[in-house]
Amino acid sequence: MSESSGKKIADQVGASGLALNEKLLWERGRPGRSGMSIPDAGVPETPLPAEIAGNGPNWPDLSELEVVRHYTRLSTWNFGVDTGVYPLGSCTMKYNPKINEKMASLPGFAGAHPLLPDDACQGALRVLHEMERLLADIVGLAAASLQPAAGAHGELCGMLMIAAHHRHAGAKKTKILMPDTAHGTNPATAAMCGYREVKVPIGVGGKLELAAVRELMDAETAGIMVTNPNTLGVFESELADISALIHERGGLVYADGANLNAIMGRVDMGKMGVDVVHFNLHKSMSTPHGGGGPGSGPVAVGEALVPYLPGPRIQFDGERYFLSDAQPLSIGRLHGFHGQFGTALRAYSYILSLGPEIRTASGLAVLNANYIRAKLKGHYDLPYDQSCMHECVFTDAKQKKFKVATLDIVKRLIDLGFHPPTVYFPLVVSGALMIEPTETEAKEDLDAFADAMIRIAREAEENPDILHAAPTRTKVGRLDETLAARKPVLTGDMTRD
Amino acid sequence: MNLRYFPHTGDDIGEMLETIGVESIDDLFSAVPAHCRMDRAPGAPTALSEWDLSRRIEEMARTAGGDWKAFVGAGSQPHHIPAVVPALAGRSEFLTSYTPYQPEMGQGTLQAIFEFQTLIARLVGLEVANASMYDGATAMAESALMAQRATKRRNIVVSSLVHPHWRQVLETYLAPADDVAVAALPALPDGRTDLSALGCAADPAALVMQSPNFFGVVEDLGKAADAIHDAGGLFAAGFSEPFAYGILKTPGELGADIVFGDGQSLGQAQSFGGPGLGIMATKMEFVRQMPGRLVGETVDNRGQRGFVLTLSTREQHIRRAKAVSNICSNAGHSALTAAIFMAAAGRTGFRKLSRINRDLAEHLKKGLLRKGFTELFSAPTYNEFVLAAPDGFAAVHEALCRKRVLLGLPLEKYYPERAGAWLFGVTETTGKDEIDAILGEITL
Repeated sequence: MSESSGKKIADQVGASGLALNEKLLWERGRPGRSGMSIPDAGVPETPLPAEIAGNGPNWPDLSELEVVRHYTRLSTWNFGVDTGVYPLGSCTMKYNPKINEKMASLPGFAGAHPLLPDDACQGALRVLHEMERLLADIVGLAAASLQPAAGAHGELCGMLMIAAHHRHAGAKKTKILMPDTAHGTNPATAAMCGYREVKVPIGVGGKLELAAVRELMDAETAGIMVTNPNTLGVFESELADISALIHERGGLVYADGANLNAIMGRVDMGKMGVDVVHFNLHKSMSTPHGGGGPGSGPVAVGEALVPYLPGPRIQFDGERYFLSDAQPLSIGRLHGFHGQFGTALRAYSYILSLGPEIRTASGLAVLNANYIRAKLKGHYDLPYDQSCMHECVFTDAKQKKFKVATLDIVKRLIDLGFHPPTVYFPLVVSGALMIEPTETEAKEDLDAFADAMIRIAREAEENPDILHAAPTRTKVGRLDETLAARKPVLTGDMTRD
Repeated sequence: MNLRYFPHTGDDIGEMLETIGVESIDDLFSAVPAHCRMDRAPGAPTALSEWDLSRRIEEMARTAGGDWKAFVGAGSQPHHIPAVVPALAGRSEFLTSYTPYQPEMGQGTLQAIFEFQTLIARLVGLEVANASMYDGATAMAESALMAQRATKRRNIVVSSLVHPHWRQVLETYLAPADDVAVAALPALPDGRTDLSALGCAADPAALVMQSPNFFGVVEDLGKAADAIHDAGGLFAAGFSEPFAYGILKTPGELGADIVFGDGQSLGQAQSFGGPGLGIMATKMEFVRQMPGRLVGETVDNRGQRGFVLTLSTREQHIRRAKAVSNICSNAGHSALTAAIFMAAAGRTGFRKLSRINRDLAEHLKKGLLRKGFTELFSAPTYNEFVLAAPDGFAAVHEALCRKRVLLGLPLEKYYPERAGAWLFGVTETTGKDEIDAILGEITL
């Protein structure tokens, strides 16, 4: 084989000979195998009536090693925080401590049935109760609930509470204010609660202005949903005044805690007039994202919304923990049991590990983001040229003249060994590159990431084709997303064993 | 104490501040007005080392209840978890990755979830499953909302034999809509849902049922499907114990339009009830009304097979206020875990598991009947069942609790009219010997 053709093959299959192919699950195996050795029950068989008896799912039969090889190979096609720098804006891809996983898998917790009598599960109830107290304390609010299962579920919880509060007061509300930097979950959640979104345009510095809110806030408006810091990485410094205005006009303030990692131990949500905030434990509190979930989206509330928290609530009488339904105004139950207990436990482990240093986590997260901002400024367009919080937003404006877009920039980043930042969000910035390094990245890793970005800026000018062709060093190249949507193939062969 | 998660040395911080052009980290927070600042150190009072942390949390684990033996399912089942399942799911390339929005860096997750969708579709007998919801209860609530969109109708009819907590979650989700009537169908004497009351809600968008239902009774799904289809609505059928479908006819083949359920049984720890795994499946004709992520097959620019997230114009990050749901994070890692479990079991293993679960439950049922319990319902059950307890059983139950055994759940808490009725469940984690030993403890 000539050197050139060898290189070409290497380009096709990945950076090394370790990028192995793997079939679909049902293209492996033989009927009659099993990856589990299952003993007989030793009791008589009780046949089912023929009219309800089925044949069982036509899943493939694999040996244990076949299963192990299959998923081990698939895992090598994935990139995680444990693999490298993952500066995905708004997603807070910080390190997920291993001890948290170990704590969550302790048999005392992992084997606990959720409907045990209260006296049988005091340790589990205590975790939940202490977590509620810690979370409320971290943001400076009165109480919390761990029932919401993810950030968007926490939003739903918060907005249902706001709606219940207005209903109880006999106030008819139809609208909700929302800055145009909001995550898509905010308008989607508001719609689920029957509220029409009223967009508030952001001001010159990339932030919400009191004057704009004053113009839009009326008696039919339930309040505002606001992310602070916002998705441009800008702190909403007028929020306390905005909250006062909202309250004065009969509304409530929902804070989206997606970007909490910037302000832990530094900002008091109570003092900002926030009535309810959700946490993403899978962001600020270090629990793993798991390729999409499970997350956990607890809410903390100020006094006005405490009566509306989901039930049952976990109470402590000084001696024992117990579940209580004695909350007539509660919005009710939001989860089959107690929320994402295992995720809450990981976050509890994290909060105890950090102690008062939780403030340091936010300080270093903001330091890292500003460092990246300073290093890349000049190489990429920075639409809001000011100090940022935990993330900074650049655009592809400088590269456009070379016919290079944000997508090309980030696909090239993949070839250089980094996960791309969040792209094309927030929508108020054209061609956005939203970079959130988090506090767990070391300076030399940030330097390497910045060097790669600077190299790509140079390549855009000198050799844009490299960017258009990227990525070339991954198992697969750019995928045809249009085809996937136009002719959806959402399951494999449904008949084959 | 030097915190193990923060890599910054004093020199690093100094150099970085210099590059940025500020004096201190606090300077970077100058946008926070003084009156909004936290003026105390919140959170835990001291940072704990790994060994101090372990000691503290292990202490709490000792009283968390994991050492109890529960002869109760009710939406959370103890099943044997093969060692390969946590070993593979725990690979950090899977665990520490985000939603695969950059498909070239997440083909592992994407192929695994495509396979999950396929295995679930085959399990429930429908054409397409999504990449997961939070848990069974929220999957059920979303199924009702989905049926409302698909039928352009509002009212929901739900069986009173659906898990009581799941019905409560449905009510919470529907609370903001003042134009929706939620009607509950009562039980028949045989323990199945009384479909004759279906007409109690005009123009129903959906009939929502669970089979096996909360009493463990296998419902007549085919009859229910016909009834709701005659009324012009969709049939949403669910389950809290997927093992049932190792040996039962699938909801899909019996006429369900939407299937929801919880997949905790498929390789996940009970973990005090969460995270679970919300399962949702439907027919292709309704796929654009289905919430949640979907992975689809496609090709790359080299002509190779690959996978991407697709049909995302249904979702909040594209469609915002007009999205079919606000869901973003799902239960992706639980779905991966379930896929590994399903792969390890295979059809052969799953059928056997399903069968021995049923047989062990019937063994417990027969034993209790010999002890003076009586059957309340005549319809067949799977894994769980309801019996009327003889006098004095409450005291036996109490005594067993002192031995960390939870023998049954009193139904009265959920169904006040059913005082004296108890729900029991058993799985393959409790062998014949253990069941016989517990039966021996019942002296009335």
